Amino acid sequence: MIGVEVLLTVIPGLPKSDLERWIANNWIKPDGRDGAYRFADIDVARVKLILELRDELEVNEAALPVVLLLLDQVYDLRRQIGRINAPVSRRD
Amino acid sequence: MEDPYKALGVAKDATAAQIRSAYRKLAKQHHPDLNPGDAKSEQRFKTVSAANDLLSDPDRRGRFDRGEIDASGQPQAPRSSYREHAEGPAGARYGPGAAYSGGWDEDAFADIFGSAFGGGARGGRDRPARGRDERYTLQTDFLSAVNGATQRLTLPGDRALDAVIPSGTTDGQVLRLRGQGEAGHNGGPSGDALIEIHVAPHAFFERDGRDIRMLLPVTLAEAVLGGPVAAPTPGGSVQLRIPPHSDSGFELRLRGRGVPAHGGHPAGDLYARLRIMVGPPDPALEAFLKTWRPAKPFEPRQTMELP
Repeated sequence: MIGVEVLLTVIPGLPKSDLERWIANNWIKPDGRDGAYRFADIDVARVKLILELRDELEVNEAALPVVLLLLDQVYDLRRQIGRINAPVSRRD
Repeated sequence: MEDPYKALGVAKDATAAQIRSAYRKLAKQHHPDLNPGDAKSEQRFKTVSAANDLLSDPDRRGRFDRGEIDASGQPQAPRSSYREHAEGPAGARYGPGAAYSGGWDEDAFADIFGSAFGGGARGGRDRPARGRDERYTLQTDFLSAVNGATQRLTLPGDRALDAVIPSGTTDGQVLRLRGQGEAGHNGGPSGDALIEIHVAPHAFFERDGRDIRMLLPVTLAEAVLGGPVAAPTPGGSVQLRIPPHSDSGFELRLRGRGVPAHGGHPAGDLYARLRIMVGPPDPALEAFLKTWRPAKPFEPRQTMELP
């Protein structure tokens, strides 16, 4: 778990205002409250993902929630399938 | 390593804008988070990113064009790792849950599999029944598995669980957290949470049962003259005495510096195998070697049968 200041040094070039907006939009869900956010590994990876989607893949912020919603659903399905497959494959 | 121009499908004299546009087009197609589980796409994305990293830097592009560096250039920073997190238990943080409606839930799967396998898995609806065991995977780093650690796991439904990874945990080991699985039905006991631990490899330590092996780089002077060097161990840095005239491949054993004692097993050992590094070019060393006549000349390849 890391705080905002560390996060901004881990991901150089990330404007703090962008991060704050993403948190307000619920795209990033750190623990803790405003002023004392704590970011888990997955939050850091997700910030990088959003930055990459926006800056390299040209998904603008208006379209981002749609992309994130679909990605979240894909990963949810993949986790569910993984959990079903784990006990099944262990029987052989 | 593929030619970066071919990887992006651009001409040798492509402009920076053409390279950028070709990269973006391919990245949109092959980004690993848009193709989870597709190893081909992932490999393609790596190749394309590496090509873009090289060609978008005018200095490195120039050196590549002049043949000063090859296509691999230099190791690139690891790319997007969101998927690794999103597919693990931590991904539940961004799962459907409260934020979206219409997501899949446990019951949807229970319905599908219940009917596929003849149903009735939970028995009568109103009898007390034990909750099911729930399986998760947890990715941990090498040193946490060796030394033990507590890692927070976020379960579906925003439940957090502290999983205690015992010292000496091995890759694939399953931890059972009693009563942390599905809640019981009609007053029955809860199931257990079964957590399969995946241990990420370490940059230079390698597990061998309770022992740990590593390659320890030493300078020419340290190998010939011997002496104390600082060596990393899973428990922290230690001073190690290298005996004089130690060859490359010589192995030192640090007793008790492997996996710490756990569950009745004594601590393992750390084996450090020396690897002599000649270091950057040094005219003085070269001059010395040119005039140096060994007191006892030897042929290191004498035991090899050369044709």
